[in-house]
Formats: sequence, C-alpha cells, structure tokens
Amino acid sequence: MTGSIAFRTILTKEIRRFLRIWIQTILPPMITTALYFIIFGRLIGSQIGAIAGHSYMDYIVPGLILMAVITNSYGNVVSSFYGAKFSHYVEELLIAPIPNSLILAGYVAGGLARGLTVGAVVTLVAMFFTDLQVHNPAVVLSVVVLTSVLFSLGGFINAIYAKSFDDISIIPTFVLTPLTYLGGIFYSIDMLPPFWREISLLNPILYMINAFRYGLLGVTDIPLGTAFGVTLLFILALAAYALFLLQRGVGLKN
Amino acid sequence: MTHALDISGLRKTYRSGHEALQGIDLHVAQGDFFALLGPNGAGKSTTIGIITALVNKSGGTVNVFGHDIDREPMAARRAIGLVPQEFNFNQFEPVIEIVINQAGYYGVPKAQALQRAETCLKQLGLWDKRHSLARNLSGGMKRRLMIARALAHEPKLLILDEPTAGVDIELRRSMWRFLREVNARGTTIILTTHYLEEAENLCRNVAIIDAGRIVANTSIKTLLNQLNSETVVLDLKEPLAHAPHLDGYGSCLADACTLEVEIPRAEGINRLFQLLSAQGIEVVSMRNKANRLEELFLRLVENGGEQR
Repeated sequence: MTGSIAFRTILTKEIRRFLRIWIQTILPPMITTALYFIIFGRLIGSQIGAIAGHSYMDYIVPGLILMAVITNSYGNVVSSFYGAKFSHYVEELLIAPIPNSLILAGYVAGGLARGLTVGAVVTLVAMFFTDLQVHNPAVVLSVVVLTSVLFSLGGFINAIYAKSFDDISIIPTFVLTPLTYLGGIFYSIDMLPPFWREISLLNPILYMINAFRYGLLGVTDIPLGTAFGVTLLFILALAAYALFLLQRGVGLKN
Repeated sequence: MTHALDISGLRKTYRSGHEALQGIDLHVAQGDFFALLGPNGAGKSTTIGIITALVNKSGGTVNVFGHDIDREPMAARRAIGLVPQEFNFNQFEPVIEIVINQAGYYGVPKAQALQRAETCLKQLGLWDKRHSLARNLSGGMKRRLMIARALAHEPKLLILDEPTAGVDIELRRSMWRFLREVNARGTTIILTTHYLEEAENLCRNVAIIDAGRIVANTSIKTLLNQLNSETVVLDLKEPLAHAPHLDGYGSCLADACTLEVEIPRAEGINRLFQLLSAQGIEVVSMRNKANRLEELFLRLVENGGEQR
C-alpha cells in the first residue's frame, strides 16, 4: 500500500511535469516528425521506389514514430532525474521509505508515459500523410512499451552519472542520435554492403525499429523473436545496473 | 524505554581520506528537544546525513526508535522528518504540491495528505501561498515550507539542520514557538544551529561535536553549571588609562570606557561592584560578553573537550 502510493506519487509528478511544459515536450516532436514526413516522405520519397512492397513514406513511418518514442522517453527521465539531483530535491525521495526499485519504476513509468503520449501524437501527425495500417496491434504496443522502458532506463543511468547539464546531452547527441539514424529508419539493411550490414546488426535500435515496422507493415529485416529477445536482454541488464547504482548511491550519496 | 535515536561507534571516512566522524555515541530520549552543536566541519551534517540515509556510514550503528537503519531502513526512515540546511525542493512546483508529494512518498493517501498539508501550511502561515510556485516565496517562507514538508507524514523524530539561518528575529521567535508546540505534542526534535541562544532557549539536552568527536553530551542545565566563570562588559562613566586591579577578578580594557571583567562563579558580582566603587569607578551599564552557552561552547571546542 505504502509502496503503491509512493509509486503513484512519483508517476503523477512526472506526468504533471511534462504536461506543464508541453511546449518543450509534446510540440517539438510533432513539428519535427511532420517535417520528416514532408521532406523525406513526400518530396524525396516520391523519387524513391517501393521498399519491401511499401511506398517510401509508409516505410519510414514506423521508424520515425519509434525515434520520437526513444528520444522522448530518454529525454524525460534524464532531464527530470538530473534536475532533481541538481536542485537536490532528489533528497525528498532518498530520505523517504521508498525502495530503490520503486524510485526507478516511478521514473521509468514517467518516461513511458511521455514516450506513449509523444508516440500517440506523432502517429496522429503521420495519419495526415499516409493511410496508416496496423499489421499486428499486439506487436506494435509491446514494442513501443519495451522500447520506451529500455530508453527510460538509459536516461536514468545517464542522469545518475551526469555532473553537469552538458553530461545529459552528450549521450543523446553523440550516441543515441547516430544509433537511431543508423538503425534502419530510412532504409532496409538489406540495401547495405555485407560489411556494413553486419556492423548494423550490433546496433540494438535496429532490432526495435524492425520489430515495430513488422507490427505496422508486416515487414522486417530481423526475425521477431530475436528483436524481442535483444530488447528484453537490454532492459534486464540496464534495470539491474540502474538498481546497483542506486543501491551504492553513486552520484547521489556521499 | 527505547530511545528516539541511538548512535554507537559511528564512523565516517570520506573517499578523500577525511575522517569526519571518529566513532561517536549519541542517545536521544523520546520526546526530547535536543541540540547538536559544533563548529563548521565538526561532523554535524555528516551525522544527520547518515541518520537520514543521505550519507553512507563507514562503521557503527544507528537506531531510530529501535529500528536499525541497515536492517530496517524503511521503518527507520518512516519515523524521521528532515528540514535540511539548504533549500531542496522543486522551485517550479506549487507549495501545496510539494507538501502533498512528500506525504505521498511516505505512503499517506491523497485525501489524508491534503488534510495534513492544509494543517501544516496553516500552522506555518503559508496557506494563502499554497498555489504559488515555491520560487516566488520569500526566504523565510521557504524555510517554513521545508518545516511544513517535513511534518507532512507526522514524523516521530524531526531533525532540523540550521532551520532559522538567515531568518529575521521576529520570524525566528515565531518558529521557536511553533517548534515548542510540535515538541509538546510528543515529537522528538533534534536541532543543529549556530545561534546558541536558540539552543539555550529551546533545548533540554545537548551534544557538542568537534572534529568528529563528541566533546560534551549532557543537559543544557548541567552544561551551563560547568561554566566556572563568565565575562561581563562594563561601560564606564569616565575613561581609564589602565585596567584597575580587582582582587579575585581578571580584567582588561577593551577601550578607555569599556572594561571586560571575568567573574569566577565562586566570587559573584556584589564584591566586584564594591571594589569598583572603592576605586571611584562608576559603571553606566553592564552586559554579558557572550551568551552563556556560547562562552562554554567556545571553551569546549577550543580545548577539545577539556574545561578550563
């Protein structure tokens, strides 16, 4: 009972936070994604032939939705938790009778809430540009949830290690964005030379984007089981590591 | 009866090698109003940090109302309310949300949290500001907000780290009244402060910590009784060239019209005035050089616990 109230309190606080600053959190991904659809989908895409039996616009929709989910889930947790650290109000949580697992769950749920909200509004934007089809709703939903959870965990770990506001933008800029762009949003890895195709298989985001594309379009470069397996493995590893850091008080306690 | 706080052999060595606590023992009875005093860097905040789970200890044990902070951390934390030295709330949240959220972290259901927030904010004169963002409050209001937040889950032990720092005298005295009421309702209070007048006014028992060691741990009354002498400052009507010889008293001139006299407890003050009158020295006014506890505190920390 105590735990569930504490969890709900963290989650509600997180949702209120990103809704209060919707101009910074909800609006930008809508505009950015609309620009992607116009420039890559409509203008350039019209010059590109079909990929795996789908128009280029349809082909890039899953990746663009998932990219918004990834960046917003990560961004929500990293900025919120680092903000709490920077202004010391994370101490409100550290002194309270809340197990570390619930602190982590609360922040991850907050990242998930923003990921799903942004995913939903970006999907609405996509519907202005294409007739969105859903091949397998269960796969769509589970991939979005798992991806959002995974990157929320990543954001949490980044926030724990961050010592300045610069540190919370380094990973998104220099790691997350390149991995997302190279994760097969705009192309199929079958279009790559064999060497680069093999290299691409090391990118975990590739697995999520392909599983999501399967859910929407029914096409994927990666077997579905492998995609889910890799995602779950990363979630377990990151959750265990985040809990270990919380337990040790890394970046939080003296 | 179980103590509100039991600390045994508490040690803390920071990664830099600095030994902040060198094995301190401290016992605070239930219902006490307890002062933890010490100069800057003595180990007060480290001690509070360990009790409240913000600092990892290097050794020793801490029990809060019988709950070991290692074996039963949740029960121990549930009993504690903390008012830290620095403002540590989200400046962009409304006042009432800060208090309600804190209650929520301690498992207080929303409806009950609302009631408690209303009570605490009204008691501390912040109810009219409940919808204001915390950053728009004055410094004194922010201090009171931190007290309201700490009381939201009705803790049995309230720890206040410099709660009246930077607060004007009027507000400080109103906070003292409020804290006395909280203590009278049964809440044990531990207070750290640099205003020794505050500790003397509010607290029944005291521990003085210096360089990571407890140098005194007793009742304020007993501690003050240990004061063998007091220094008073006498404002003189006529200037003097030299400090007069006052048999049994030590004296020195701060300036030509200001005489400082050390009065041993055994001598009392009547004979001093007789000696001064005999030498034709007229006194206009008299005051203590320092608060009594302050004088004792300085002697204790300057001598590593040895009374002069």
